Amino acid sequence: MLQNKSFVRKTRQGKVVKVVREHYLRDDIYCGAPFCKVCDSSAARLSSTASTILIVDTNVVLNQIDLLENEAIDDVVILSVVLDEVKNKNLGVYNRLRALCSNSVRKFFVFSNEYHKDTYVKAMVGESPNDRNDRAIRVAAQWYQTHLGDATKIVLITNDRDNKRKATEEGISAETVESYVKSLGQPGLLDLLAQAPSEDVAKEGVEDMRPSKKKIIYSEHKPMSEITAGLHRGIFHQGKLRVNRYNPFEAYVGSESIGDEIIIYGRANMNRAFDGDVVAVELLPQEQWHEEKSLSIVDEEDEEEDGIHLVPSSADDAPRVTNQIQGSLGNANSESSRPSGRVVGVIKRNWHSYCGSLEPMPMPAGTGGVAHALFVSKDRRIPKIRIQTRQLGNLLDKRIIVAVDSWDCLSRYPSGHYVRTVGEIGDRDTESEVVLIENDIDARPFSSQVLACLPPLPWSVSSEDLENPIRQDLRHLRVFSVDPPGCKDIDDALHCTALPNGNFEVGVHIADVTNFVHPGSPLDDEATQRGTSVYLVERRIDMLPKPLTEDICSLRADVERLAFSVIWEMTPEAEIISSSYTKSVIKSCAALSYVEAQARMDDSRLMDPVTADLRNMNALAKVMRQRRIDRGALTLASAEVKFQIDTETHDPLDIGMYQIREANQMVEEFMLAANISVAEKILTHFPLCSLLRRHPSPTKEMLEPLLRMAAAVGLNLDVSTSKALADSLDHAVGDDPYFNKLIRILATRCMTQAVYFCSGDLTPPEFSHYGLSARLYTHFTSPIRRYADVIVHRLLAAALGIYKLPGVFQDRPQLTSIADNLNYRHRNAQMASRASVELHTLIYFRKRPTDTEARIVKIRSNGFIVFVPKFGIEGPVYLTPRNDKGGGEWLVDEQQQKVKKTDGSVSYGVLQTVRIHMEVVEPQPNRPKLQLTLI
Amino acid sequence: MEYVSPEGLRLDGRRPLEMRQIKAEIGAVSKADGSAVFEMGNTKVIAAVYGPREVQNRSQQLSDQALVRCEYSMANFSTGDRMRKPKGDRRSTEISLVIRQTMEACILTHLMPRSQIDIFVQVLQADGGTRSACINAATLALADAGIPMRDLVTSCSAGYLNSTPLLDLNYVEDSAGGPDVTVGILPKSDKVTLLQMDAKLPMDTFENVMQLAIEGCKAIANYIREVLLENTKQLEGAGSSSGSTSTAYVKSSAPGALDAELMHKFAFRGWIMCLFGMIKFQTLGIPCLSIF
Ligand SMILES: [Zn+2]
Repeated sequence: MLQNKSFVRKTRQGKVVKVVREHYLRDDIYCGAPFCKVCDSSAARLSSTASTILIVDTNVVLNQIDLLENEAIDDVVILSVVLDEVKNKNLGVYNRLRALCSNSVRKFFVFSNEYHKDTYVKAMVGESPNDRNDRAIRVAAQWYQTHLGDATKIVLITNDRDNKRKATEEGISAETVESYVKSLGQPGLLDLLAQAPSEDVAKEGVEDMRPSKKKIIYSEHKPMSEITAGLHRGIFHQGKLRVNRYNPFEAYVGSESIGDEIIIYGRANMNRAFDGDVVAVELLPQEQWHEEKSLSIVDEEDEEEDGIHLVPSSADDAPRVTNQIQGSLGNANSESSRPSGRVVGVIKRNWHSYCGSLEPMPMPAGTGGVAHALFVSKDRRIPKIRIQTRQLGNLLDKRIIVAVDSWDCLSRYPSGHYVRTVGEIGDRDTESEVVLIENDIDARPFSSQVLACLPPLPWSVSSEDLENPIRQDLRHLRVFSVDPPGCKDIDDALHCTALPNGNFEVGVHIADVTNFVHPGSPLDDEATQRGTSVYLVERRIDMLPKPLTEDICSLRADVERLAFSVIWEMTPEAEIISSSYTKSVIKSCAALSYVEAQARMDDSRLMDPVTADLRNMNALAKVMRQRRIDRGALTLASAEVKFQIDTETHDPLDIGMYQIREANQMVEEFMLAANISVAEKILTHFPLCSLLRRHPSPTKEMLEPLLRMAAAVGLNLDVSTSKALADSLDHAVGDDPYFNKLIRILATRCMTQAVYFCSGDLTPPEFSHYGLSARLYTHFTSPIRRYADVIVHRLLAAALGIYKLPGVFQDRPQLTSIADNLNYRHRNAQMASRASVELHTLIYFRKRPTDTEARIVKIRSNGFIVFVPKFGIEGPVYLTPRNDKGGGEWLVDEQQQKVKKTDGSVSYGVLQTVRIHMEVVEPQPNRPKLQLTLI
Repeated sequence: MEYVSPEGLRLDGRRPLEMRQIKAEIGAVSKADGSAVFEMGNTKVIAAVYGPREVQNRSQQLSDQALVRCEYSMANFSTGDRMRKPKGDRRSTEISLVIRQTMEACILTHLMPRSQIDIFVQVLQADGGTRSACINAATLALADAGIPMRDLVTSCSAGYLNSTPLLDLNYVEDSAGGPDVTVGILPKSDKVTLLQMDAKLPMDTFENVMQLAIEGCKAIANYIREVLLENTKQLEGAGSSSGSTSTAYVKSSAPGALDAELMHKFAFRGWIMCLFGMIKFQTLGIPCLSIF
């Protein structure tokens, strides 16, 4: 049966166009009940004994997805009209719903009612799309009831009063979420319910306890029609809201229409928008642009201070740059040119669930009843969330997860509902899990389907592998690996043979992961999702199951392993004469640690072949490194921290900076070379679907804080090209040895991170890698712990004609989304590592108050931010008590980057060394934090 | 974007291997020697054929075969946005050429030297697959005009989205940017007269997609045969009022049987043969071939 759907749509040029789409109605869509005698039940998902089948409406899905995910709810039919609406409104919820529908344990069935000839409804004249969809849901419910007969009860779950009334009139049994959950008799489930906005039936019968007149705190959001009109006329600007990670009262909206970032100061101007929401912004009149602080905070009880945190390793981690002038001094007008604005409406919400804890509060009288509590998220960008709970006593000292439901303009805080408990606050395991949850890291054990993809153990190289014509037997080569001590997932090994003609044959051998991870297998899907292994201080979350990472793929010493090799012939001047790529079988003769390798090279008495190879390689690596630096590659520095962990309690015993040796740099140099070689190879073969890694050049604005700081200490940095910057960084030598490193650390944090991308999406000039000063770059050398490398392995194998390219490479949008996911996972993995280090730093200092040296990196009106090189952390030191905001005793000199006492007796300048005291304090019970004070 | 839902339905409710509804009507333009309207879903194309007739421009005349000309255009109202479509832009020149070459491959041009055949196709409504619809309409119009042909050339497209081969892409699927394989075949001899794709696909996927498009072509060929038969029957009924022949063969799916039956009919109905150009066959002394 054919139906034409016609609707009116606006084109990008603003023209109104009538769009007509065909819509075919079918009679081969089945109900999904295995006991149905009419339908084909091969794809049935509902349980065979289902006596009650639930049909939910869109808002129930959108608001109560946490409830639906609970196992108490089952035998649910999801109509395609609901799916579509959910998809349009909230992609996150849609994905969760899809996951539910495909989970074989749960009994969720998707019924394509929109394509079924009996359940399709045509919009009536004058009927709104919403009403039409509600009617479609009722028609489908009705159809199910007649289709399955009276033995099965169909219940329509809706919180829409009108819909419920109509359903009852039409003879469908309908219930609200609350009444249905109550009928299940599990009070714990009630906490999972979202707080219903007042217009819904939820409050039906219940007395509205709110005072009738409440102060309006936020201005009303403009209706969608007004927003679209405003956007069109250029009054409003659309963009994604990004809240400053270090100051939740400041946010930015990147707007295409004015080509600049609009700054939003204060919660009132943010007007209930969350980080990540797509919002419409109205610019404030220009004379208000610089009045940042004065109007920023809506009488919020306490402004959260800057916490202590790890030193940022790139611009993405660092606090955003705005003018640091506090407006109190004469030069306040100098930088008021950045537009500021206020949010007038939210176009798309980015609400999800958040991890945190309840604000300490006294137990209300009469326990057991419903209590209102405030939830404080660990992510400071998220405002406090008001929740209702029946188990307050239980939750007060716990880390919990809470989801946001609504935020009306009468309430200061959004309201939400409890989702689940993680564990006790301060407990190391709980806090580690919080880190994982916050960064969306899947740490669950691998499923049985995934494990079924592994080859049987014990595994060894088989004769078929050796006879395989695609695989070269390189077991005769003297291959060895150099890795951090205790490394179990060894994914790279090297060899270096002197050739009779005076040249060297250098090989980089990478674990042949794609020999075991086949495209499209559950193992591959899982790895695609995880994207990367995550390294926390006390544990590692693997991308691939342990047998692969630590045994089958790991290029351990004295066992035969499969590898993917890049082999060059190099002159002693490290010029590459030829490169070849091949799958191979190798047998590593030594798994060295960096320290061991370094010691061997340094010990002039040692003359064994491996040491000789190491020395040759090191010589080559030095040439290569020098050449790279000459070309303009930046040697950036980061303050990486190393912990020594107690093997039993997993508590940190010692903490210090990670020392980088020549051996590290040597291995790194060959890995870089292999990655670049492979990038060139795959790009020539697959110009449109290669996965590469690029590092965008930093913009002037990003480098501005560096320049300002350098100017204050009398340093002139040339940032015109990466070469110029590299040179001026080399010349930046101060009076103390750490000065250069400090400048490099500060330069590094101005850069953005490198990202993966699909070569078809960008033009070749955009491919380049700024930091390495390479025209092309990709990741090839760590396939055990990075999925990008797995993709690149497949591309290289296809380029060599060994295997066919999997289908996903034809699908550019999918490839792009894989690249995006990899970037997201990488970013999260880094954030998680940092958070884990921060957590362990806190645990370490809990019992060890310490005095140490620190360097001032930023000046504030009431203090400064210091960097503690020894522990790699950064945090504020206050000169005046916090509640006394800038009291007037101290003055900031913007030009000189100095903070002085008004009488001129004391002054602190940027990069100056100070001595500080570090101690863990507990201002509130169960909320320990590290505090830095000046000695 | 999800073009095939996990339930296996496309955006318009079809399954991946299903074609849109097709509909054909012969003789839409009475002034032309042959004409047809062909619809694939919301794509609607009209074709008119003039000829064989005297060559208008003597210098283009070919002494050993007929001159086939084709003009493709899109009606201004064919898409939603009512843009004025300039005539002779690159896209329509290209499609004109594609249609001309495809039709030339099946017209027995050497039977009609020093003559000219004009094919006009116009898209009345565009919703993806216009190229295929144009070729199908032109085939019908040529048959209607009685131009001798080797076989009925039919065309259909197939694409590859969400790692699934999809038959007969509509506009939304077509604009997804995935590969779009348009195939034209001579269904009886299984010969390919047209194959176009403007994307890259691995060989084995491509073969699957192309096979799917060929299946589509065959289904269209069956339908076109039915339409022609129906049309013949009507004419036959009008001529001798003996339209009582059973309709059983229309449902027959074996093309061989169908053709035998048709040939049989043609042998007895001289004037229908005339309509289909059979007379020209015979006057030229060529053994009587099936036009199907
Ligand atoms: Zn059924």
